[in-house]
Amino acid sequence: MTRTIPALRLDGIVKTFPGVRALDDVSFEVLPGEVHALMGENGAGKSTLMKVLGGLYQPDAGRIMVGEETVVMATPLEAKTKGIIFIHQELSLATELSVAENIYLGELPRKAFGRVDWRQLFDQTDAILGKLRVGFDARTRVGDLSIANQQMVEIARALTHDAKAVIFDEPTASLTDAEKVVLFDVIADLKADGVGIIYISHRMEEIFRITDRITVLRDGQYRGTVATADTDEEAVTQMMIGRALDLSRNESHHTRGDVALEVRGLSCGKLFQDVGFEVRRGEVLGFYGLVGAGRTEIAETLFGLRDPSAGQILLNGEEVRVHSPADAIARGISLVPEDRKGQGLVLGMNCRDNMTLPQVDDLKAGPFVAEGAEVAIFDQYRDRLDIRTPGWRQLVGNLSGGNQQKIVIGKWLSMKPDVLILDEPTRGIDVGSKSEIHKLIRELAAQGYAVIVISSEMPEVLHVADRIVAMYAGRIMRTFLSDEVTEDSLIQAISGLGEDRPAVPA
Amino acid sequence: MTALSRERIGTLLARQGILIAFAIFIIAFTLANPKFLTVDNVFSVIRSSAILGVMALGVTFVVISGNLDLSVGSMMSFSTIVVLDLHDKIGPLLAIPAMFAMTLALGALIGLLVGYLKLNSLIVTLGMLSAIHGLTLTYSGGKNMDIADKEGTWFSVFGQGTALGVPVPILMFLALAALLGIVLAKTPFGRKVYAVGGNGTAATFAGIRRARTVFTCYLISAGCVATAGLIQASRSLGSQNTVGQGLELEVLAAVILGGASLMGGSGTVFKTVIGVLILGFIQNGLLLMGLQFYVQFVVTWIIIILAVWLDIAAKRGRLWSPIA
Repeated sequence: MTRTIPALRLDGIVKTFPGVRALDDVSFEVLPGEVHALMGENGAGKSTLMKVLGGLYQPDAGRIMVGEETVVMATPLEAKTKGIIFIHQELSLATELSVAENIYLGELPRKAFGRVDWRQLFDQTDAILGKLRVGFDARTRVGDLSIANQQMVEIARALTHDAKAVIFDEPTASLTDAEKVVLFDVIADLKADGVGIIYISHRMEEIFRITDRITVLRDGQYRGTVATADTDEEAVTQMMIGRALDLSRNESHHTRGDVALEVRGLSCGKLFQDVGFEVRRGEVLGFYGLVGAGRTEIAETLFGLRDPSAGQILLNGEEVRVHSPADAIARGISLVPEDRKGQGLVLGMNCRDNMTLPQVDDLKAGPFVAEGAEVAIFDQYRDRLDIRTPGWRQLVGNLSGGNQQKIVIGKWLSMKPDVLILDEPTRGIDVGSKSEIHKLIRELAAQGYAVIVISSEMPEVLHVADRIVAMYAGRIMRTFLSDEVTEDSLIQAISGLGEDRPAVPA
Repeated sequence: MTALSRERIGTLLARQGILIAFAIFIIAFTLANPKFLTVDNVFSVIRSSAILGVMALGVTFVVISGNLDLSVGSMMSFSTIVVLDLHDKIGPLLAIPAMFAMTLALGALIGLLVGYLKLNSLIVTLGMLSAIHGLTLTYSGGKNMDIADKEGTWFSVFGQGTALGVPVPILMFLALAALLGIVLAKTPFGRKVYAVGGNGTAATFAGIRRARTVFTCYLISAGCVATAGLIQASRSLGSQNTVGQGLELEVLAAVILGGASLMGGSGTVFKTVIGVLILGFIQNGLLLMGLQFYVQFVVTWIIIILAVWLDIAAKRGRLWSPIA
């Protein structure tokens, strides 16, 4: 039996940072024409491994082989010239330049006197774009493209090099279902060309749809490689977190209390129109819909970040006007925003100061911040939410995604709100922390909080919500009880295909 | 492990680079000129740094909030000219509060534009640098301003007086540094300044009124400038219209030398005081070495560049990196 030479092979990679062994003897290989999933919780070592592969970190031990050649990559450029191409989650394109210029940036074809050979540039680019079957051409300004199409530009860039291995890092994070299909077709093409592909994602359904093998990391260690066909979600999850996971449908239906928040005929320009719903104490109301359906905008309006153009907001039966987050906070509304790093946290601040930020004016000893009281609050929520950090002095930017999110949740819980809104509470968070946060949301409802959860993941809304509001294009299509709804009817409602019935408040 | 310790040493060097460079400077200057490290000289350095230092305290707040203030130099000229003019017209007792009110009004204007209208602080304060200079010249008619009776006024106490053997400017600088240091480090307002500069969006989401915080920072900066103008006027009892010209860059250099990040969100009053002293000692050392006064401007610029480079290198953990 002749053994295929791997497109990319990692052998005994070790990388340590002060106090942490981030990668501990990690070995695996990607064959040509294989889609190889790399999985693990946040903090398992995936990012460090990718930085080693990308030439940003030098491994302390071990070697990397591309084909039959052992390579050392001191800079990202060297990684690229060796044929290792990254498609990043956060795109790195010059939005003011054309598609063609972005693809050939740094390698523009030249004519005499160093002038750019535009015709050749555009022709070459159109040839590549033709292969990808995309709906835009070489002259399009990148800033005018959707995120999905910008990603295609990144992929096209990869194709111009002699790619041996292409690494996709959470490529579907901001794609619609239709766009995903296109992406998967492109991956299939790359595969057919004999390129080795590493696919990093938290989304199980994608992993099982497109990958051939799965390698799992946990705590910086290699936990094994399995053929995708021979395993299932449960087994992979167990490899990742070392235990089984609960993702059942929520059937609890707590005894619900009074209406905490009621919204009537709320509109905000073109973002959403005539939205009405209510949330009672002790229940979780889920908002499900596609990106852009208006869910986040409703949350931002309730939190005083946008002014509604019409409608009423009633808190505990009393109409209120909320003009700023400070107003909202004073009235007992808390928002865990969707963009954890951009909106939720000051990354250069320590854990304690981040957690007490909204109430820093209230925690006073004379004219000064009562630091003792702050530490007490931090300790209380660290224990309650099981936040893993060496101490309150740790900068939030150094924590894992799951722990960062718990800091944000702790920040808003410590405000003891009447209504807690969580927008995409588990985005980009590993499976283990995800299930902890789900459990926490259920507990909060049980303790009498009125909770709103906005999510783009159906299993999540089904798991945590008592009722689910389905939104499409700025309108509420229907409200479902989560233990009665079928996945089909939910998908129909958020695609605008369901019966156009007004919302039924339960 | 070798790579690890090398990285660590690199980080340490980058973090403490300023202090190490400072130590080398001091040793070199002392060897070159024994007068450098004498009590008299040290005192004179601190005294001559007091005006710059007072201004740097205010700019520290602005920089930590994620903004710039390039108008402090010409604003200081304004304060000086105004207080000297009013001294003879309405007497020092009224001239001082009147000058403070006018300077604070300028700070409030900048605060409105940068905080509430969210205009870029570089553009606004660069414009104010020029506009306030014009305002000063209009006010004075372009003439130098002098107090008529230089011998008989108690106004000279702020610039020339001593208390317990310590020059009053030094006392004012240190007292203001202590006060503002506590405000920044210990009060809710100080915390908000760090939050707004560290991540303004997250601060807004936490219910912090970002515009108000930025506005207050510019008021503090203007208050410091007025104090510096008071010391300057009191020291010389007469002034040109351009007395503060170019100080904005030295002030910024001191703040950055101290380690505040131009991106906002980091820095302390104590570090700024260190930055002011380092700048003062280096300039003094160059003079003692017999270099022309004008060489200072070149050296100051080189120091700023070095400081910014070391600041970035400390964050990266190495002196050069292919990515930002």
